[in-house]
Amino acid sequence: MAVDWARYNRRKRRNTRTTFLCFSATVLGVGILGIILGTLLYKGFSGLSLQVFTEMTPPPGNAGGLLNAIVGSLIMTGIGVAIGTPIGILAGTYMAEYGRYSKLTMVVRFINDILLSAPSIVMGLFVYTIMVAPMGHFSGYAGAVALALLVIPIVVRTTEDMLLLVPGALREAASALGLPRSLVVRRVSYKAARAGIITGILLAVARVSGETAPLLFTALNNQFWSTDLNAPFSSLPVVIFQFALSPYADWQKLAWVGALVITLAVLALSIAARWLSSSRTTQ
Amino acid sequence: MNLMSSNAPAVTEKLSIKNLNFYYGGHLALKNINMPLYEKQVTAFIGPSGCGKSTLLRVLNRMYDLYPHQRADGEVLFDGTNILQPKEDVNLLRARIGMVFQKPTPFPMTIYENIAFGVRMYEKISKSDLDGRVEQCLRKAALWSEVQNKLGASGLSLSGGQQQRLCIARTVALRPDIILFDEPCSALDPISTARIEELIDELKQDYTIAIVTHNMQQAARVSEKTAFMYLGELIEFGDTKKIFTSPEAKRTQDYITGRFG
Repeated sequence: MAVDWARYNRRKRRNTRTTFLCFSATVLGVGILGIILGTLLYKGFSGLSLQVFTEMTPPPGNAGGLLNAIVGSLIMTGIGVAIGTPIGILAGTYMAEYGRYSKLTMVVRFINDILLSAPSIVMGLFVYTIMVAPMGHFSGYAGAVALALLVIPIVVRTTEDMLLLVPGALREAASALGLPRSLVVRRVSYKAARAGIITGILLAVARVSGETAPLLFTALNNQFWSTDLNAPFSSLPVVIFQFALSPYADWQKLAWVGALVITLAVLALSIAARWLSSSRTTQ
Repeated sequence: MNLMSSNAPAVTEKLSIKNLNFYYGGHLALKNINMPLYEKQVTAFIGPSGCGKSTLLRVLNRMYDLYPHQRADGEVLFDGTNILQPKEDVNLLRARIGMVFQKPTPFPMTIYENIAFGVRMYEKISKSDLDGRVEQCLRKAALWSEVQNKLGASGLSLSGGQQQRLCIARTVALRPDIILFDEPCSALDPISTARIEELIDELKQDYTIAIVTHNMQQAARVSEKTAFMYLGELIEFGDTKKIFTSPEAKRTQDYITGRFG
């Protein structure tokens, strides 16, 4: 074999260079994530105490916690997901199972992709116009609806994708037993795609639980303990936003704690989603 | 006593295909097919890839209905009624004309549920009767001894050959009149293949069977009647023995002797 050494060595150097670039990019990405988590832990961990989970947000200069904000976030995220998930799953099911070849599906998919990448503040402004302005005040309901609007496109997308992954042969086999379409979908397609669909819902929860912009225009905030959804409603991201911008050191400290809490919660959800989707592939 | 009639039990046409054309969009995939499926006999469909044999099978249980732009005209008479009419209840039809596919397709549920699932759809059946039915079907599919202690395990945990027999058991459980096999052995090893062939041989005592196969020896082994198809046309249909020993059409002979295809 006649080897052109110059050519071969050039190829080898290029390989080394590319490997180095890939490696550096990875280190950069992971490094930034590490710095973010590290800063959060450094600034927030010292303030983490039982008090954070048992007391209300304080006025400046007083001791307090984040209880109302945490509960507010849980309630609004819960309602938002409860509204958005069924709509998203039903729409995704239509697109993947019933209307797979229809024009409507193509149109909905296109619009859904736009919604998926729409800035969340636009959703907030939209809900402000259709709910807050007519009602005359900010409210927890409006916040939950804004979050639901963010949940829908995510769930539509993952549900459709996961159902499209279910082999057509499985659907044919179920149809060949004389099962009507509705049962094929419910008992076979959903069962085969379950882990993926649940992963999508968890990712949607993770995404909306950290949203601030849509809540600023809808739920606003509430310094006090309130579970009245018809009134301004507290949430963790908005409290973080407000406290972090404030000139008071103790508020800033609480903002760091809140940021840590929300990051850990989202991280746990993402890990759960990852674990679920890997248990699906090994099945 | 009339010896002729007692010797040769009357073979009745379970299914009659008359002037059948099938279209994928604008493409004519089956051209004027005329042939019967005889009751309690195995009919094999052979022919090179793309000749339309699987397509024909999928007309017989209206499987093509699942997809847009596919349509058939002509008649397929099943016990006297034309199943191609729009008012035919395709779900009921598919329960009466079962189908086993090329790749094993167990549902993502337990072995027991794979079989019980379809039965519950159509019959009000007590738990003990259902248990009995599941066992009976698994025995018929020669799978009982291998799975009787793990009926609660996932159907996906079985080997390929076992999965295919589970699919046959599932089909048999609905007590259909006809079973369509679409290359049921092409994804299986020779031992599993032999078991499925034995099974088909036993099933024909109770069921009318149609089988599409790429394996000519298999067609010769399992079937009474053979249909040779080429480019969407039915070239020759007749007794398997005759097709394989003295076919009438030259193209049949060329295919069987391996000169093309």
